[in-house]
Amino acid sequence: MSFWNGPVVNGFFSHNPKQGIGLCASFYKAGVKVVSDTDSGGGGSHGVFPLVLDAASSRRMRQISAHGRLSKVRWSPCGMMLSIEMNAKLAAPSDLAIEFRGVSYCINDIPGRPIVSDVSLSVSRGETLVLLGRSGSGKTTLLRLINRMLTPSQGQVLVEGRPTTEYDPIRLRRGIGYVIQDAGLFPHFTIAQNIALVPTLEKWDSARIAARVDELLRVVGLDPAEFSARRPRELSGGQRQRVGVARALAADPPILLMDEPFGALDPVTRAELQLEFMALARRLNKTIVFVTHDIREALLLGQRIALLHAGRLVALASPQEFLRLDHPEVHAFTASLTVSDGVTP
Amino acid sequence: MSPWNFFIEHRSEILSATFDHLTLVLIAMAFAIAIAVPLGMLIVQHRHLRTIALGAASIFQTIPSLALFGFLIPIPFIGGIGRRTAIVALVLYALLPILRNTYVGLTGIDPAILEAAEAMGMTNTQTLLRVRLPLALNVILAGIRTATVITIGVATIAAAIGAGGLGTFIFRGVAMVNDSVILAGAIPAALLAILADLFLAQLERRLKII
Repeated sequence: MSFWNGPVVNGFFSHNPKQGIGLCASFYKAGVKVVSDTDSGGGGSHGVFPLVLDAASSRRMRQISAHGRLSKVRWSPCGMMLSIEMNAKLAAPSDLAIEFRGVSYCINDIPGRPIVSDVSLSVSRGETLVLLGRSGSGKTTLLRLINRMLTPSQGQVLVEGRPTTEYDPIRLRRGIGYVIQDAGLFPHFTIAQNIALVPTLEKWDSARIAARVDELLRVVGLDPAEFSARRPRELSGGQRQRVGVARALAADPPILLMDEPFGALDPVTRAELQLEFMALARRLNKTIVFVTHDIREALLLGQRIALLHAGRLVALASPQEFLRLDHPEVHAFTASLTVSDGVTP
Repeated sequence: MSPWNFFIEHRSEILSATFDHLTLVLIAMAFAIAIAVPLGMLIVQHRHLRTIALGAASIFQTIPSLALFGFLIPIPFIGGIGRRTAIVALVLYALLPILRNTYVGLTGIDPAILEAAEAMGMTNTQTLLRVRLPLALNVILAGIRTATVITIGVATIAAAIGAGGLGTFIFRGVAMVNDSVILAGAIPAALLAILADLFLAQLERRLKII
């Protein structure tokens, strides 16, 4: 790097055709400012293309590659970046399952005190993102904006690259799993009927529904013969929550939204379910947005943690990075972690 | 003449008056349920209609029963002397308990259940018919029970406008200052009300889900 002192670095990146256009936008999100992109014209082409970066961006690019978020980075002997390939975590927009673009939400669209203000954030396919925050920080609102139970007052929420406002809300919701605290099972339905809710609404034939219900009960660790015909009130809280997860998975949605799903459980059952759930989430490769106010849960389950405070996104980091962040609200949460650690014998 | 002897002697008249009374109540209740339950379902989603419907039903309930019968007599088509006027009045009287309980039952569902229904992609109609209505059934039935007991009582007054029923004995007994005749109407009416209440309470218990 030493021989060169100018504001820009010349580099090249190899353009993976599968990632399509929008590479510059992805770099930008990662903190890399592309001054000039000579590939701006040829969207479908691939190969090695020159890329001009400024000095700060070049440093950032090196940091990113050091964190393993870029692969196959080749640097010239004089410090110029020759070529890179991006891995899934720093992907083009088409690989994003969910994207918030400058989203604000006010009740009844009345400006004033918004519940969510100017949130931009994206979730990659297969990622588990935890929305962490105190009560009233807007995390549940953010979740409900994804399946259009709420519509943004400003900005856009994109699901699979399309704004939620372009979807029929009923169709959108049937394609997204949803798990809430206390499960919210229908008390007048049997366990099997509860799990079969979306397939029934989608008018699957009954043999396929029955097979799917059995399969899902096994997936969440409940014996179909024992539980299918029971009613929710005959189950323990942990069992009900398992059924809640099974119901959300019924139509095999690519995205799963979870709103403090383990919040009402006793600590032992909660820990059990968290571990099982984590294994399940990895195995099924779902995109998961998980709301919690429990920093331990966030650190355990999240691949990234988005911290919300008074409706704003104040931090977005991996669990390891999160603990090192310097922000008062992050300190507040990490402090609660230390306090409860002190109490534990 | 002791009431008991009067009962034995006039048992066929009392029985037929009881039957008239019961049919009067059943017809009125059938109309009241047919109006109030669908209306209750409708006002869950229509706020303006809710205020009007609940308000109107409350007003009918407030009017003293004899006055309500009196008000209806001069009204063409539905009014006049006889059973039809009585049935109209009884229906108006029975509306409020059924309407209010239907509304309360449909809206008093655990919010987590409604949130799940919405998030799973159920339409409003599907939520109403498959979730709210089955879960509200026992509350609605409690309203029907209250309305039935009220209607059995108010129907005795319907005799004043020539609708027949057990009230006939009561009014006649008062005019004749004859306790036996009064009791011949009052006892079967009271029994009818108690039995209807017990029967519907039983049904309500069976429909209770949680």
